[in-house]
Amino acid sequence: MTAVLTPKLPPAPALPRRWLGPVLAALAIAALAPTLSPYLGDLVVKVMILAIFALSLELLVGMTGLVSLGHAAFFGIGAYATVLGSPEGGGNLAALMPLAMGSAAGYALFVGALSLRTKGVYFIMVTLAFAQMAYFVFHDTRFGGGSDGIYLYVRPRLGPLDLEQRLHLFYLVLAALAATYGLLATLRRSRFGAALAGIRVNEQRMRAAGFPTYGYKLAAFVIAGALAGLAGFLVAARDGVVNPEMLSWHGSGEVLLMIILGGLGHLRGAVLGAVAFTLLKELLSTQALVGPLADHWQLTLGLAIIGFVAWLPKGLIGLAARVSPKGGA
Amino acid sequence: MDVATFLVQCLNSVQYGLLLFLVASGLTLIFGIMGVINLAHGSFYMLGAYLAFSLAPAFGDQFLLMLATGVLLSAVFGYLLEWAFFSFLYQREHLQQVLMTYALILVFEELRSILVGNDVHGVKVPPWLDGSFSLGGLMSYPWYRLFASAACVLLAVALYLVVNRTRLGMMIRAGASNRDMVRGLGIDVTRLYRIVFAGGVALAALAGMIAAPMSSVYPGMGGSVLIVCFVVVVIGGIGSITGALIASLLVGFVDTFGKVFFAELSGMGIYVLMAIILIWRPEGLLGRKT
Repeated sequence: MTAVLTPKLPPAPALPRRWLGPVLAALAIAALAPTLSPYLGDLVVKVMILAIFALSLELLVGMTGLVSLGHAAFFGIGAYATVLGSPEGGGNLAALMPLAMGSAAGYALFVGALSLRTKGVYFIMVTLAFAQMAYFVFHDTRFGGGSDGIYLYVRPRLGPLDLEQRLHLFYLVLAALAATYGLLATLRRSRFGAALAGIRVNEQRMRAAGFPTYGYKLAAFVIAGALAGLAGFLVAARDGVVNPEMLSWHGSGEVLLMIILGGLGHLRGAVLGAVAFTLLKELLSTQALVGPLADHWQLTLGLAIIGFVAWLPKGLIGLAARVSPKGGA
Repeated sequence: MDVATFLVQCLNSVQYGLLLFLVASGLTLIFGIMGVINLAHGSFYMLGAYLAFSLAPAFGDQFLLMLATGVLLSAVFGYLLEWAFFSFLYQREHLQQVLMTYALILVFEELRSILVGNDVHGVKVPPWLDGSFSLGGLMSYPWYRLFASAACVLLAVALYLVVNRTRLGMMIRAGASNRDMVRGLGIDVTRLYRIVFAGGVALAALAGMIAAPMSSVYPGMGGSVLIVCFVVVVIGGIGSITGALIASLLVGFVDTFGKVFFAELSGMGIYVLMAIILIWRPEGLLGRKT
């Protein structure tokens, strides 16, 4: 009974507890990096890049309520900008990363300005169609090497940081992920984030309250595009090759899948979804684990998703919340 | 470009547009009535093409009988599919439907690869439609393509009559304009959904079967058709069959003539068309304002 009478706790300290988990996780990954085998190291890098990509879409889908099915276009454009912008002897990271993010943001501004005129189902399909348009530009013209794609001969560098080295790339990706997460977490707590949440819940009311909702949505769309471009930059720097399939709608579908799998409305959900999806795909296509079914991983993955939709509508975060009511971010 | 070439390109445009219409009409109805974004709709087109490929040897010359059998099979398939995978999705968000239908694509593609393999196949044009007729000069046009256009026109008319002149059509139109009201009026919506879905699947499969002898039958053929049909549906306005027809023809012409004039950038043409129309009318040509 005393609990009722206790006065409310004072406001949280400067670095609140909710930062503790993500920061500790990042530090743990950073500490473990040198000990990982090349296979594990590559897998972790892959997951982290996908997590950035997923987080960028979470800003649209989870935070603003805009379901885009063309997000891979910005990812692919970021990657292409990196390769096309690199001089033969290797480019400067400090120039290429902003170039990749800027190109993706530029296309996002164009796509967003047009597609945000539509709503709901239309929006889903219009973003999809615009992504296809970008796909065909790279696929059908010689501009980006056509359907074969193009190679990046020397990876970007900046001072002592040289992405030709595995560990350097690892830490850059980790830093990018941490920065993306931090940026989105800050946005969420800001006035801007609150406005986006308001738009997601009831756009009409927000407009009536005097918010220029179109501008807010467009800003979110452009930021999400730039962050997807960042993920694209990292992939180009990792693989040293880009091809039009990076922009294909399968990619857009997969990243949407990740954030739904993780649980919408939570930044942790997006990261969790990227981890779960990549691991699931990796497991289902490993011969040693599933035997001959490994060749048909699409079938098992498809069935797994169907089961997931049927029984876990709230995502993995929802599962955690069901196990312990205090769980979830 | 001389007159005969122009004529051939026009015929090609119309034929491609009409074929798109068969797939897109089902898509737009499923959207409009059930509110489901069916990403797997392209797979039904693929299903039809592969049905044609596997049924053709058994039916030999009986091409029309084969089409009828294929339509029946795919309608039953669609009916069962709706019952198993879609019936519980209507109350959910769009996202869940996107997820489910995306998963179905994966499953269908993999089943196809297990059952038929990953090779590109051809389907023979039936002997009574083989050959082509002259259009004057050196130009000629294959009979089968003309048959395909005629069949599509016939189907479009039939669809129009069903939707506008029958009791079922009335329910469909009512469902497209206000789902909840239809339910409120005591119409068995579950059954209506199942019929519409089965019909959409059958139409898409029929389009696939008709297209099979003209294009080859290949893995992933559903995906490309699906995206083009999305464009058609968006241009035409969701839930509008007339809109889908106009948009299909428009897309057919833009795509065909785009290939003639701007071979390099032809893939983009229809998306540019869509962008222009959306700037002008965000709800599509015949869509209702939301």
